[in-house]
Amino acid sequence: MRDWRFANPDKPHGLRSGVPHGPRRSGLLRWLAVCVGAVLVCSCRQQGVLDPQGPIASAQLLLLINTTGIMLVVVVPVIVATLAFAWWYRSSNARAKRSEELAYEGRIDFVIWSIPALVVILVGGVTWISTHDLDPRAPIATNVKPLEVDVVSLDWKWLFIYPDQGIAAVNLLVIPTGTPVNFRLTSATVMNSFFVPQLGSQIYTMAGMTTHLNLLADKPGEYPGMSANFSGDGFANMRFIAKAVPAADFDTWVAQVRGSGSALDLPGYVALAKASQAVPPMTLRAVDPKLFERIVDQTALDPEKARTNGARVPPAPEAGG
Amino acid sequence: MLGNLTWAAIPFNQPLPLYAMGVVGIIILAVLGIITKKGWWPYLWREWLTSVDHKRIGVMYLILALVMLLRGYTDAIMMRSQQAIAIGGAQGYLPPDHYNQIFSSHGTIMIFFVAMPFVIGLMNFVVPLQLGVRDVAFPVLNSVSFWLSASGALLINVSLVIGNFARTGWMGYPPLSGLAFSPDAGVDYYLWLLQISGIGTLFAGINMVTTILKLRAPGMTYFRMPVFCWSALTSSILIIVAFPILTATFAMLLLDRYLGMHFFTNDAGGNVMMYVNLFWAWGHPEVYILILPAFGIFSEVIATFSGKPLFSYRSMILALLAICVLSFMVWLHHFFTMGASANVNAFFGIMSMIIGVPTGVKVFNWLFTMFQGRIVFTTPVLFSIGFMVTFVIGGMTGILLAVPPVDFVLHNSVFLVAHFHNVIIGGVLFGVLAGYNYWFPKAFGFILDERWGKASFWCWLIGFYLAFTPLYALGLMGMTRRLQHIADPNWRPLLLVAELGAIIVFLAIVCMMVQLYVSIRTRESRRDLTGDPWNGRTLEWATSSPPPAYNFAVMPRVETIDAFWEMKQRRLAAVEPAYETIEMPRNSATAFVIAFFAVATGFALIWHIWWMAILGLLAIFVTVLVFGWSENREREIPANEMARMERARLHFGRPA
Repeated sequence: MRDWRFANPDKPHGLRSGVPHGPRRSGLLRWLAVCVGAVLVCSCRQQGVLDPQGPIASAQLLLLINTTGIMLVVVVPVIVATLAFAWWYRSSNARAKRSEELAYEGRIDFVIWSIPALVVILVGGVTWISTHDLDPRAPIATNVKPLEVDVVSLDWKWLFIYPDQGIAAVNLLVIPTGTPVNFRLTSATVMNSFFVPQLGSQIYTMAGMTTHLNLLADKPGEYPGMSANFSGDGFANMRFIAKAVPAADFDTWVAQVRGSGSALDLPGYVALAKASQAVPPMTLRAVDPKLFERIVDQTALDPEKARTNGARVPPAPEAGG
Repeated sequence: MLGNLTWAAIPFNQPLPLYAMGVVGIIILAVLGIITKKGWWPYLWREWLTSVDHKRIGVMYLILALVMLLRGYTDAIMMRSQQAIAIGGAQGYLPPDHYNQIFSSHGTIMIFFVAMPFVIGLMNFVVPLQLGVRDVAFPVLNSVSFWLSASGALLINVSLVIGNFARTGWMGYPPLSGLAFSPDAGVDYYLWLLQISGIGTLFAGINMVTTILKLRAPGMTYFRMPVFCWSALTSSILIIVAFPILTATFAMLLLDRYLGMHFFTNDAGGNVMMYVNLFWAWGHPEVYILILPAFGIFSEVIATFSGKPLFSYRSMILALLAICVLSFMVWLHHFFTMGASANVNAFFGIMSMIIGVPTGVKVFNWLFTMFQGRIVFTTPVLFSIGFMVTFVIGGMTGILLAVPPVDFVLHNSVFLVAHFHNVIIGGVLFGVLAGYNYWFPKAFGFILDERWGKASFWCWLIGFYLAFTPLYALGLMGMTRRLQHIADPNWRPLLLVAELGAIIVFLAIVCMMVQLYVSIRTRESRRDLTGDPWNGRTLEWATSSPPPAYNFAVMPRVETIDAFWEMKQRRLAAVEPAYETIEMPRNSATAFVIAFFAVATGFALIWHIWWMAILGLLAIFVTVLVFGWSENREREIPANEMARMERARLHFGRPA
């Protein structure tokens, strides 16, 4: 009755019966698999999220590993069972026990609902606690007075304002190690996301709004930062360097910045806000103390001026176009 | 006269799109030429374009999905190649302007014009057959649904040639998608074509829910419906509830763009967070709109090829309903990084994990359906097993991303990209391909080639893992999504592996095409004369393959779950039933005409050609009126005619 139904009726229907095989080709496949596997293993480096440099990022990596571990306890057996059941109960296996009417068994059903429920209760508990511990707004508990940094995403660069020091930097974030940094963030343009993978949490920057983030760098180093939310043509180059330096060096740096370069007043900001890409890091010796607030309430850029200055603002839309 | 449309809209200065246009144009002309030369137009018009038969419409949805899969894949391989080349000093071959359009259209096409038509097409084809009825509740509306989806697909391809597509990502977040930052027609294409196809999808959902609730064979109570029908019901309920949110959200963005309003602008009190919330209030249920029918397909396939009833039918349905409800309570997990409080983030994180419970239950149920079964390794089964293994990995990374502090470092990374491709390819796509191989003989009366089917499965599986495992690693190494240029040369080896994976996926698509070609060429030797090639359990296998236009001459009586299996067990003697006169809907050009004017209206609105938009809308309205006042919409099949056809079909329908 079944003879004409399958392409290869004489062959046993095994899991591998349909692989394009033959000795030569499977050798090639194996060779390919080994090469690809080697590339995969060799090129995974301790980098980004895998190489945390602060307490937030370390806690997040640990949480990632723990959660994965909890789930693997169920996921691995399920995968093994799937393959094992499929193989053992293949139609050609004469030794397999069959019960072709088995449609319900209350005890199995109970266990089936319990296993994922237990995992979710466990991971859910971990989630509740860790989400509160690692809330981006929550100040980091140390005795050191936090450094305040105001972050503005522009087209397509980052402006970092140090309100207490009265200085600013573009595409360069210098912070002292061991000191919590309290960020206030906004956007002068479209939505972006401020992200330094090795320091931890990212957060959106949105025009007209302020978001908050607290991070801390343990060790000196240069950590790549970026926008993690697509923001237009210059997005791929919207990168910056987060440079963590010992506290004494930070003070030296501040003094150095104060003594050189140009100041960031409102006209200077209007010029800076024009769309530009891959802007090299630079520092600004003085900054309008109300600049961040004016960016947030959108009075820093006179809209009329912005248009004539060639920012990405088209002619005013007319009703009915 | 032509609004914003000028010669500048055609990309004469860009060789790549121009070349693509040329090739596509030649292919289209060749196809049209062959149809004309062979004189197939009357046949096509009569039997397909104006058909209101749910089976034909289902097949046309599938054709749309397969064609758009090629387009979506082309975008994918272009992205992968750009990322494999543009590393360090190299800038690659796609400037940001072009690259950004490509990832936007890839997402839009794969979700709206591949996954959706595939899923809706299979529901359309299978559900009425499984319910033992003759058509869906509103056959003409059904063809309107299809043709509106096709209109959207046409417009997205028009954007290749005239103007450009959105450069905002497939989610179209403002303010980037607002007029201030995207002044050209790209976002208008995105919005209008999704509005048009979205209306089609909403109609399809309404149609499906009505069909399942109101039209079932005698005796088919809710708890005797096949699980695929349950999954179609829950998915369609989600469509009805979720799609209006998308339509309203896009309408607001359109008002911003066309009438200078300020729903989502940076200034004048607009709020972008509102768009993001509304978008995902649709977007998350959308994920389940796609995956639930795939779950249904796996349930049918695994039960059939294990030769066993589905394990714990009621648990399966309970799980479907639970997912259906929960899917509306998790949307915030798409933007934990927006700065909500810890309580809010933790709530949505845990709600998202809770969806893992019914999903996990389903996996275990499939496992126990295989347990002590008699598994035949056909192509659909391979896809199902590939799905079970792949999907639990995708589910695991999903729960990982649902932990807010973990999401803070993985959000918008390629880890996230790997996760959702893991569940969409490993879940939805494997599901619809299993369904395609499984129900193909029902639709066409012959069985697809197994060798090529299995080859395509292995290429899909291997290609998927090669393409996306590196992305998991890269995401952990700090690579964000949508990068036109990659700064870190350390990532090159992994990106090359991903490129290799994408090429193997191409081989999978080639295998599918060869499978179809070979099967059609050798169809005479692979005919299914029984109508039941797989020893099926549900009613679609009770009629012939392909089924007659009316599906069932006499409505089957249903007394259990797996109705057809029971009938076979009891070996009911083939007694010729007493035929009755039935009414079937007549073919109607209404939908085709509406879609024609919908394309014209959409195009006119995109380019601000107001007279054409008004005329188009008016024409749609008139077409609906004409249809509304038309009589003679049904044709009668008299009892004696039916008896004659049935006898011919059952006794002489078999080739010697």
